[in-house]
Amino acid sequence: MKATAWMGRDSVKVVDVPEPKIMSPRDAIVKISTTAICGSDLHLYHGYLPAMRKGDILGHEFLGEVVEVGPEVGNLKVGDRVVVPFPIACGRCRSCRQGLFSVCENSNPNAGFAEKLLGHSPAGVFGYSHLTGGYAGGQAEYARVPFADVGPLKVPDDVPDDQAVLLADVFPTGYMGAEMCDIQPGDVVAVWGAGPVGLLAAASARLLGADRVIVIDRYPYRLRLAEQHAGAEVLNYEQVDVLDALNELTAGRGPDACIDAVGLESHHDNPALYAYDRTKQAVRVETERPFALRQAILACRSGGVVSVVGAYGGFVDKFPMGALMNRSLIMRTGQCHVQRYTRPLLERIRRGEIDPSFVISHRLPLKDAPKGYKIFQKKQDDCTKVVLKV
Amino acid sequence: MDRVDGVVLPELDGARPNTGLSRSLGLLSLALGVGALVAPDVLARWTGLDDSPQARAALPAIGLRELAPAAGLLRARHPGWWTGSRVAGDAMDLTLLGRALADRCGERRRRVAVTTAVIAGITVVDVIATLRATRARKARERLIRMTVAVTVNTPASEAYRFWRDVENLPRFMTHLAAVRATDLRRSHWIARGPAGRRIEWDAEIVDDQPNRSIAWRSLPGTRVPNAGRVRFVPLPADRGTEVRVQLGYAPPAGGLGRAVAKLFGEEPEQQVRDDLRRFKQVLETGDVVRSDGSPDGISVRQQLHQRPAQPLPTGPRR
Repeated sequence: MKATAWMGRDSVKVVDVPEPKIMSPRDAIVKISTTAICGSDLHLYHGYLPAMRKGDILGHEFLGEVVEVGPEVGNLKVGDRVVVPFPIACGRCRSCRQGLFSVCENSNPNAGFAEKLLGHSPAGVFGYSHLTGGYAGGQAEYARVPFADVGPLKVPDDVPDDQAVLLADVFPTGYMGAEMCDIQPGDVVAVWGAGPVGLLAAASARLLGADRVIVIDRYPYRLRLAEQHAGAEVLNYEQVDVLDALNELTAGRGPDACIDAVGLESHHDNPALYAYDRTKQAVRVETERPFALRQAILACRSGGVVSVVGAYGGFVDKFPMGALMNRSLIMRTGQCHVQRYTRPLLERIRRGEIDPSFVISHRLPLKDAPKGYKIFQKKQDDCTKVVLKV
Repeated sequence: MDRVDGVVLPELDGARPNTGLSRSLGLLSLALGVGALVAPDVLARWTGLDDSPQARAALPAIGLRELAPAAGLLRARHPGWWTGSRVAGDAMDLTLLGRALADRCGERRRRVAVTTAVIAGITVVDVIATLRATRARKARERLIRMTVAVTVNTPASEAYRFWRDVENLPRFMTHLAAVRATDLRRSHWIARGPAGRRIEWDAEIVDDQPNRSIAWRSLPGTRVPNAGRVRFVPLPADRGTEVRVQLGYAPPAGGLGRAVAKLFGEEPEQQVRDDLRRFKQVLETGDVVRSDGSPDGISVRQQLHQRPAQPLPTGPRR
């Protein structure tokens, strides 16, 4: 079958690989029809997350038809159209029972390795390095889905692929970012990053009752999407001082909640400050460039919530712990526990409360995956989200 | 914990296995030493040395010499060292007796000869005790022990039941090819060695407390003596069960020892940790968790030499 493989830094290739097979009784094989490139795939593309091997199949957002099920998968049958959550979760450990699917205690066969870096291991993830299990990803014609009795959600015919595929990651991730803000009537929510997750976090904040939503980015075409689809006020950090502007917009209070939807490859309009962290990252003294996170903490109103859904992998420098502690801030974070959100968010889509597919800018055939990575990386052609059709 | 080790690993732990012999030798030293100090004349007469003033003068000194190993052996510390010192003393005594034998005749010569024979016999016992103690010390030095634990989200009874059926063990202990229960307590174990070499032994359950603890050890004569205990500690408020494992094994010296060392890798404790992870996976999810990069499930060595995250060409190696 054809599959998108990581070939080294800034290089992916569509290659021929064997088709996956059932390896455990709770597996299913899915024939993929729609898959997507995630912003976090760009971190892998850029070589910022450790433990990638040449030839690893990428992709953790995919939807398709069940073509084979293991003997213990009672809830799915061949022919079902399913969307598959990106974290692999057993559904039986204590974390899963508590709904913390992205920290499943069993699904990462390389847990010992992850513990060395992270203390304890998170769940396995499709196509997301050997640190999270070494699972082949879904930017391919077929994928093996472990614990298929827990993760995949059957998608009704009235929900198109382009909406449903976003339930694998970006919509639930953005939604969880907003949910962690514990939004109260009258709240102002600021979102750093107008990529698909940031845009959907902004839209979700609206759904959850935020009075005002402010989105911060540097690409005007993305900020326009925030205005149009999330009713957001926008700030271009290349044009304004973000902290001043947020104080101005909130008459000195600061946003009640701040969402970091940027993660470890943040940018800064001050070239010297950018160069400082970029250099340390290049020589691997720190693994992240946490400008957005630092700013979100400083901006947040005292006693407010800083919600982090942007992806981080290792260590940050100059973390403003003093602000967090002295101003009673609450920091909440996590890889999205997607399995918790797929069903309720599917219902919100079906009720017409939201159409998340506004984030999709490009639809390409699978064979053009390398081109998809390139335009997404370079933000060419007003690229926000690339969906691949198999 | 230490008490448990004492129960489980008697042949591997401490000086206890040899205490019988070294205690006897200690008592013999004590008796000889005190006798030679208190009643040198009697001893001299018995041994046929009562005609020599030098011999009578030397006897209390020899008695003093005996008291040091007596104290050492009775305290059971470093038995090999003390039995060794006894062997040296024996050699000295035999030399002296050899001379005494040469210039005596009649009844005294007979007594010296008997004494020499007795000392020679004791020398043999001392040499055996020394060799044994040295071997035990070397085995103790090679003894590898570990304590590892995992928390499982099942009741203690379920975890106990799975483990108590020893034929389940190879499902999560990857170095085992098979375990066959021969009766309720005894079982035959086959471990996978490097280069297709197999290591087999018999083991028995020495302590079985339903839903709480199981202790087992290899039967005498095993080339790689080993033993272990697993305890199942229920957590409050439905938080599952702590599974705490103690293991010990003594790889032999030489080629087999190197094979065993290779089998367990550089970090034997990490391997047992992985075994427990797999135990948790099998117990909670029903199978070992496999990915394309780690098709046989968790393993530290696998993590260092992962295949790319691509489907296997021929399906998993079961």
